[in-house]
Amino acid sequence: MSGHESTYKPASGFTKWLDSRLPIIRLAHDSFVDFPTPKNLNYWYTFGGILAICLAIQIITGVVLAMHYTASVSEAFGSVERIMRDVPFGWLVRNIHMVGASMFFLAVYVHMFRGLYYGSYKAPREVLWILGCVIFLLMMATAFLGYMLPWGQMSLHGANVIINLFGAIPLVGEGIQSWLMGGPSVGNQTLNRFFSLHYLLPFMIAGVVILHIWALHVPGNNNPTGVEVQDVKKDTIPFHPYYTVKDGFAIVVFLMIFAVFVFYAPNVLGHADNFIEANPLVTPAQIVPEWYLLPFYAILRAITFDLGPIDAKLLGVLFMFGSIAVLFVLPWLDTAKTKSMRYRPVAKQFFFGFVISCLLLGWCGASNPDDPLIAMGEDKLIVSYIDTAGLEGTRTFDEYEAAAEFRDEQQAAGATASMAVKKAPAFTFKILSQILTAYYFAYFLLILPILGLREKPKGEPDSIHKSVLGDHAPAAVPAE
Amino acid sequence: MSDSNTTAHEAVDEERRDFIHIAAGAAAVAGAGLVAYPLVDQMNAAGDTKAASSLEVDISKIPLGGEIRVLIGGKPFFLRHRTVAEISAAASVVMSKLPDPETDEDRLEPLPDGTLNPAILVTSGACTHLGCVPVGPAQGAVGDYGGWYCPCHGSHYDTSGRIRKGPAPKNLPVPEYEYVTPTVVKISL
Amino acid sequence: MTIFRTLLVGLGAMALGLSAHAAGGSKHAEAPEGGWSFAKVPAGQIDKESAQRGFQVYKEVCASCHGLKLLSYRNLGEKGGPFYDDAYPNANDNPLVKAIAAEDEILALEPDESGDPFYRPARPSDRFRSPYPNDQAARAANGGALPPDLSVITKARGHGAEGQGASYVYSLLSGYPDAEKIKSKKGDDGLNINYIEFDKGEVVGTLLQPTGQYYNPYMPGDVTAQWAGDPRHKPYGGFLAMAPQLPEGRVEYMDGTEATTEQMAYDVAQFLHWAGDPKQGQRKSLALPVLIYLLLLTILLWFSYKRIWRNVKH
Repeated sequence: MSGHESTYKPASGFTKWLDSRLPIIRLAHDSFVDFPTPKNLNYWYTFGGILAICLAIQIITGVVLAMHYTASVSEAFGSVERIMRDVPFGWLVRNIHMVGASMFFLAVYVHMFRGLYYGSYKAPREVLWILGCVIFLLMMATAFLGYMLPWGQMSLHGANVIINLFGAIPLVGEGIQSWLMGGPSVGNQTLNRFFSLHYLLPFMIAGVVILHIWALHVPGNNNPTGVEVQDVKKDTIPFHPYYTVKDGFAIVVFLMIFAVFVFYAPNVLGHADNFIEANPLVTPAQIVPEWYLLPFYAILRAITFDLGPIDAKLLGVLFMFGSIAVLFVLPWLDTAKTKSMRYRPVAKQFFFGFVISCLLLGWCGASNPDDPLIAMGEDKLIVSYIDTAGLEGTRTFDEYEAAAEFRDEQQAAGATASMAVKKAPAFTFKILSQILTAYYFAYFLLILPILGLREKPKGEPDSIHKSVLGDHAPAAVPAE
Repeated sequence: MSDSNTTAHEAVDEERRDFIHIAAGAAAVAGAGLVAYPLVDQMNAAGDTKAASSLEVDISKIPLGGEIRVLIGGKPFFLRHRTVAEISAAASVVMSKLPDPETDEDRLEPLPDGTLNPAILVTSGACTHLGCVPVGPAQGAVGDYGGWYCPCHGSHYDTSGRIRKGPAPKNLPVPEYEYVTPTVVKISL
Repeated sequence: MTIFRTLLVGLGAMALGLSAHAAGGSKHAEAPEGGWSFAKVPAGQIDKESAQRGFQVYKEVCASCHGLKLLSYRNLGEKGGPFYDDAYPNANDNPLVKAIAAEDEILALEPDESGDPFYRPARPSDRFRSPYPNDQAARAANGGALPPDLSVITKARGHGAEGQGASYVYSLLSGYPDAEKIKSKKGDDGLNINYIEFDKGEVVGTLLQPTGQYYNPYMPGDVTAQWAGDPRHKPYGGFLAMAPQLPEGRVEYMDGTEATTEQMAYDVAQFLHWAGDPKQGQRKSLALPVLIYLLLLTILLWFSYKRIWRNVKH
């Protein structure tokens, strides 16, 4: 809690001496040992600790990999394979780093959804939330930079596509683009700077994480009831040993999932095309980002229309960045006084809809936008012809035989004729992703602001300890 | 600090001594220790580095009184074709005068037929003091004893590569090598 | 629990979507009957004998066009490799590996005394011999097509699940249409045109096979331009510049195994799977101990957690 009194008492002469010069043990004690924490935090609250472990794992394995990696277009691919083949335990370190990126994002998404559900972004935790969004942005940048380093087909062409996004910015876009690449294309110089930045950003993340924890420890933890701590004695318990052991347990369970991927399916979360060395002349048949960026990729591709003077390319980029930017202002968009959605029955439904729409956006991002999700009717055959008199015409057929016969007749009569497939109208992934994109933005810009003013909260307890003791109506017991 | 809180703390303190906590803590520490192993081991020589650590050298082209220098795994080695005078200088040394006593014969490997070939001396090219590469006949300085001279801190080696004067503590080490044919030696790290 | 359920539903939907996208335009590669030994949980390993035969197939058939540039001869004799021998923990000393290496002449990394490049017998520490000095030479010798390097081919195909890449290699090599299915007729210009008739299910029509191209249902590609038939139901797969390479008896196995097309495809896929990830044996052997340790720690922490929290209502 803000201004909670320090309970640290230096025991030995040395700790007393140190405490009056650099009270670092006191800081650690007050932050991670005696810190009063609401007693009702559930397992969704362990993901903060899990994320700290993820960051540590990525930094440690990353430093190791950098000892063996060569940032040069002619050697990068081979040096990564050398790590997998010749460096002692290199395969292990590299698999952990590669799977670790996915695990990091898995954990951060759960952490963010938890914050959204329990209203952890609301006053007095707005700065805490914004710092979290900064970390998320830095993570995406780091992941993107890191994905380029193995210099496979996806590395090169993915980097190319993302850098081209900046080209959509009017006037300065192309300048930024070639500044980022350091030349006319993604080349050796780009790989070198990306490696440098990929090494730098995790330490910036670590810095912002410290601010994030600081901003958490000023107002203290939110909790599943969303009710602030009123009585430290009744509502809280010290962080250690209660939450160290609970977080520890959750971390180990998480590490088991992590290990299954590392040892049994290290490549399943990536893309096979990245095992083909980068070739600037051939773009892979389907270019998709890593799974954790798919929802944003789907939003980018959903925008296929111009809006006034803004063309589709720029609009898509604006929507994609907007989908993250909106998170930054969320604390002021949600007007509800009640923090936790446990006690907001209507908002809760919209929230689950939001979770599902994010997952479905990921599905859309992985799919070809023009593929039919639900086809309406059968594909037809269409024969176009220009007869000897120069008249053009088309005829549509269901059956191939009839269409072929007609085409052959036309050709026999001296006309030019050709057959093509006419796709049946369908509900495509593009349409689905447009609907989902609309919902994504509506959730933040319409539903949360309006619903907060109109919805009547139900069953919110007076305090944490009363909720723990079950003093409130059982009907309002939330669904976890 | 209220009474109820203190008792809670005391209870917790007592529990810390519980076997289950000790076991869990010990298991976690042991795991962390095991994780350290690959993280340390990864800095050892990689498979390709280890594999590229031998070289076959043709000695028939070394001029009399001259030497050739080769790199194996980035480390320098000298192969010197000694003159008769140099051989006898190397052989006629009083052992007790040497800082690191070793006979010239001990520093040679046999030919395929089992005899020694004193004309060819194979040694490491790294000064045993701090790893500089001594200069030799081709660089115009052979030191006071006709072998090599290390310009970094003034160590003098004789025609058998033994340390005679200066700060170096040991003779230039003889690498593991063998005569594949009478004119080809294979040097391994 | 609702959040859990929601997440599950979502993840299920995603998995469905990804598998749908995996189907693509080519026939889904099938694992051989009985599956792959290395894909078995918890610690499946390479079938060493099969991988040895696979190396023979690679050397006698594939190596004339396809390189294995990321591999060294010594890898063959390293732990987990097809020719590993306990007596020679250092693969460089393994006489079999030395002999295999010495059969290939490679361009020495350093020039000879007069400064000219020269060829010498390979040593275990050398990389595998490349069939062509460069990509241009490879294209020139193969009608413009570049035979891909096979070092990581099993990782570059499939979708990351264990054995999918090997199944692709196996299916592709054993999946060419039978020779008698490929018919020939005189075209308008008097030259022969090869074609394949399809009459199964909805896929009915004729597929022209351009000269120097070979149809394979497992090859990713698009056959629209060569397909005479209903364009809505065209055959799976595409064309590649590699003719069928493994007719029965193409190699004579030293261990007496009958060299059927399937057997050779199976063996070479096994070998290439090992080549793509030589440390996979080590990975699988470490998996179970790590998971058991984590499970043990989970159980200990669970009881520790229960004990610490026993007096706290939460």
